[in-house]
Amino acid sequence: MTAVLAVHDLHVAIGERGRAANVLRGASLEVGAGEVRGLVGESGAGKSMLGRAVLGLLPANAVIGGGTILFEGRDLLAMPEPERRGLLGRRIALIPQDPITSLNPVKRVGAQIAVTLRHHLALSKRAALERATELLAEVAIREPRRVLELYPHEISGGMRQRVLIAMAFACDPGLVIADEPTTALDVTVQRQVLQLVERLRQRHGAAVLFITHDLGVVAKICRTMTVLHAGRVLEEGETADVLARPRHPYTRALLAATPRADRPAEALRPVPPALIESLWSEAHRLDRLDVAGRA
Amino acid sequence: MADLTLSGPIERPSRWLASVARGGTRLWCGGTLVGILFLIALLAPLLAPHDPIEQDLLAAQLPPAWIQGGEWTYPLGTDSLGRCVLSRLMYAARTAVAVALIAASLAAAIGIAFGLIAGMFGGWIDQGVSRLIDVWMAFPPVLLSIVLAAVIGAGLTSVIAAIVVVDWTRFARVVRAETMVQLQRDYAAAARVLGLSRGQILRLEILPNLVPLIVTLLAVEMGIAILVEVILSFVGISVAGDVPTWGGMIVEGRQIVYQSPWIMALPIVSVILSVIGFNLLGDGLRAALDPVQRR
Amino acid sequence: MRWGEIIRRLVLIPPTLFGVCVIVFVLLRVVPGDPIAMMIPPGASPADIDRLRAFYGLDQSILQQFITWLGQALTGNFGRSISLHQNVFELVLARLPATLELSLLATLIATALGVMVALTGVYVRGRRLEWAIDGGIGVFLAIPDFLWALILLLLFGVLIPLLPISGRIDPQLDVAFRTNFYLVESLLTGRLDVALALLQHMILPAVALALPFAALVARLLKASLAEAEDQDYAQIARARGFSRPAILWREVFPNALIPTVALGGVQVTLLLGGTVLVERIFSYEGIGNMAIDAVINRDFPLIQGLILTFAVLFIALNLAVDLLVRLLDPRLRHG
Ligand SMILES: Nc1ncnc2c1ncn2[C@@H]1O[C@H](COP(=O)(O)OP(=O)(O)O)[C@@H](O)[C@H]1O
Ligand SMILES: [Mg+2]
Repeated sequence: MTAVLAVHDLHVAIGERGRAANVLRGASLEVGAGEVRGLVGESGAGKSMLGRAVLGLLPANAVIGGGTILFEGRDLLAMPEPERRGLLGRRIALIPQDPITSLNPVKRVGAQIAVTLRHHLALSKRAALERATELLAEVAIREPRRVLELYPHEISGGMRQRVLIAMAFACDPGLVIADEPTTALDVTVQRQVLQLVERLRQRHGAAVLFITHDLGVVAKICRTMTVLHAGRVLEEGETADVLARPRHPYTRALLAATPRADRPAEALRPVPPALIESLWSEAHRLDRLDVAGRA
Repeated sequence: MADLTLSGPIERPSRWLASVARGGTRLWCGGTLVGILFLIALLAPLLAPHDPIEQDLLAAQLPPAWIQGGEWTYPLGTDSLGRCVLSRLMYAARTAVAVALIAASLAAAIGIAFGLIAGMFGGWIDQGVSRLIDVWMAFPPVLLSIVLAAVIGAGLTSVIAAIVVVDWTRFARVVRAETMVQLQRDYAAAARVLGLSRGQILRLEILPNLVPLIVTLLAVEMGIAILVEVILSFVGISVAGDVPTWGGMIVEGRQIVYQSPWIMALPIVSVILSVIGFNLLGDGLRAALDPVQRR
Repeated sequence: MRWGEIIRRLVLIPPTLFGVCVIVFVLLRVVPGDPIAMMIPPGASPADIDRLRAFYGLDQSILQQFITWLGQALTGNFGRSISLHQNVFELVLARLPATLELSLLATLIATALGVMVALTGVYVRGRRLEWAIDGGIGVFLAIPDFLWALILLLLFGVLIPLLPISGRIDPQLDVAFRTNFYLVESLLTGRLDVALALLQHMILPAVALALPFAALVARLLKASLAEAEDQDYAQIARARGFSRPAILWREVFPNALIPTVALGGVQVTLLLGGTVLVERIFSYEGIGNMAIDAVINRDFPLIQGLILTFAVLFIALNLAVDLLVRLLDPRLRHG
């Protein structure tokens, strides 16, 4: 079985040429069909950059230094722009982090869902709105017809996130990239959102790349996981294996820093600064080797 | 981390040079144009080839020297009374610069006073000043200056008064708003806690922060003053008869525009270059003086 | 801008207008030139002069004159023009449509131009062309409408005489109008040849008025577009497979429009104020041109009436902008 998404040896730097900062240093990862893969790592590890690279959302001053991103066997980086645009939103979708800023404030919810449907599936306006109603019902929004007529500021943050989830699954994508979709929500809403993602994923048969810094969330919904730090993959495997027998000291430290129901809060230990320090100096050593190798 | 490095002005050894660099091309172009204007105004008696009111009816309406029929004794030709256009343009620059300097400084002085008082004291004083500004904004400015000049009668004072009375609100509005913003900033609050008097806060905290804004407005206002002189000339209530002004030259040129279009075109070009110069200078100064670009 | 804010504005209108009246009144009474002196035929007796003076109420104290004038103004009577010997209200009403049509045409041209330039400018963001566009906007912003009027007159009236440079309509053209909205009327009644003739006269003054305003629209809108394009919703639209032009137009533009209208709409008053000189330069028969004549002739009642007209227009415009912003921004609509 080929992977839906295969990122191989991806290098990304941000900044003007000459003093660009590396954010991805040869990251690789695969997501199989129907698989849910967790992508974890501390803030600034490059998780979002990896997701953005797949979605073609890298900042304007980012430079892709090398590597491939295969989606269903085709390289997104080598593909002509129109062809890639045909995949984005239809076959590859995004659930963004911040539901407050991710919806257009001056357009009705219904119109925002419908425009994607019409763009990719060539539906009529009526059919698109009809489909939007079904999607809203799928994400457990009551009175979907009424909500279609509302503006984003008229619904709650949790509801907006559900609208965004509905939008992500609108065209039955093969891959959904969820970038910390629960971070901005309060705990009770977080659980509902996780359940929704899981339910819709099964129903629509999509694979999910679930970006988070919360190992608890990964344990709950991801079958496989990848640990990223300083733009490098430190460890990956079945979630159960990795969590039970972490091989990399960083993963171990992360685990020790994660609160768990079966452990008193006093047992929490922050990731040792010395460890982070050594990981970064390793990353910078690789950077220098890289520069030397190219020169 | 990134935020820290961006916030707050950074003291560098060569602050002045850094400012000039920030001002960039606009500062240079604007400064050069305005500099040339001031030089011509200052040195008009030395530079001008003729007496600006000396008539030579035998050489009336000569075209500029490089055009068929022109003479090099009159490099830019002559007007309908045979007066040297170049000399008149140079002497008119004197009037323009005088009007610009005096009118802009007076408008600034009055506007800043009103703005500071309203901004510092707030309450009914602010209400009063704001209503006054409202009334002013309800006048068409052009019409107001024309009526004013008509009231006072033709002459330099009239032109200056018309500009000052109409344009003090430009300064008052900006200074009032900015004073209020500054007063709400942390350092102003801190100064109050330290027990500084209103006068001290004004001198130490508010005025220094207003300087970039005022300098910018002042440059732009000088350009406007030059324009108002032209406007008043149109209605025949500018500076008295034989003092050459650009506005007066444009109006004279308008009457014979079909026979000798350059007589109108040349003062228009002078006005445009000066106004663009002042505007560029204003823009450049704002960029140069304001390390954190706010608007 | 909630409803409360709009009501506050409405409440402030009468005092503002009153202030305008007071200032104009006081200002005009200090005029040294005597309007009566310009009207009397040579050889009129002092008694005749006094009668004229009394007829226009100029023999009373300023306060009395003001009270009389205000009392009449409140009933819609703004007095008689001294130079034109007609009711001021009727005079202004007859000329106002010409100015309104011109300003409207100018606003339309400016908006279309400004939007195109802003969209282009933001589309080429970060490239050298953006620099050129910003520079161009700066130049067009610095040169005021009446200078553009002179430049256009020089270019298209004199050097390449393509267009008429004077009046509202050809004197030879013998057409009757029922209203004074010539352009609107001829368009509505389908007389396209007449409309074209009118437009030929209007296009130069309208473009002159439009150019600086277009630059203002372009500058405001471009900044708002750039800011809105960096927002999450616009970025995410890219991840849904929309092309950049489509995103700029459909997602970013409706958002950027709100601050642009709020800040720029008020500046239409500048354009209106600009009609005074531009109409003068092109001998266009609107209230701006009339105002300059009134000042030259020291026609107090007419000047008062005209300034008040402009003040009412300005205030109405401010309110209209507030309402338009509420209409564009759903977050303000149900305040
Ligand atoms: N727009 C940007 N410009 C420069 N650097 C950026 C930008 N966005 C992110 N970075 C840097 O890229 C690195 C990776 O960021 P990101 O992928 O957002 O991390 P995270 O794993 O928290 O999602 C960080 O070091 C961050 O500082
Ligand atoms: Mg992130």
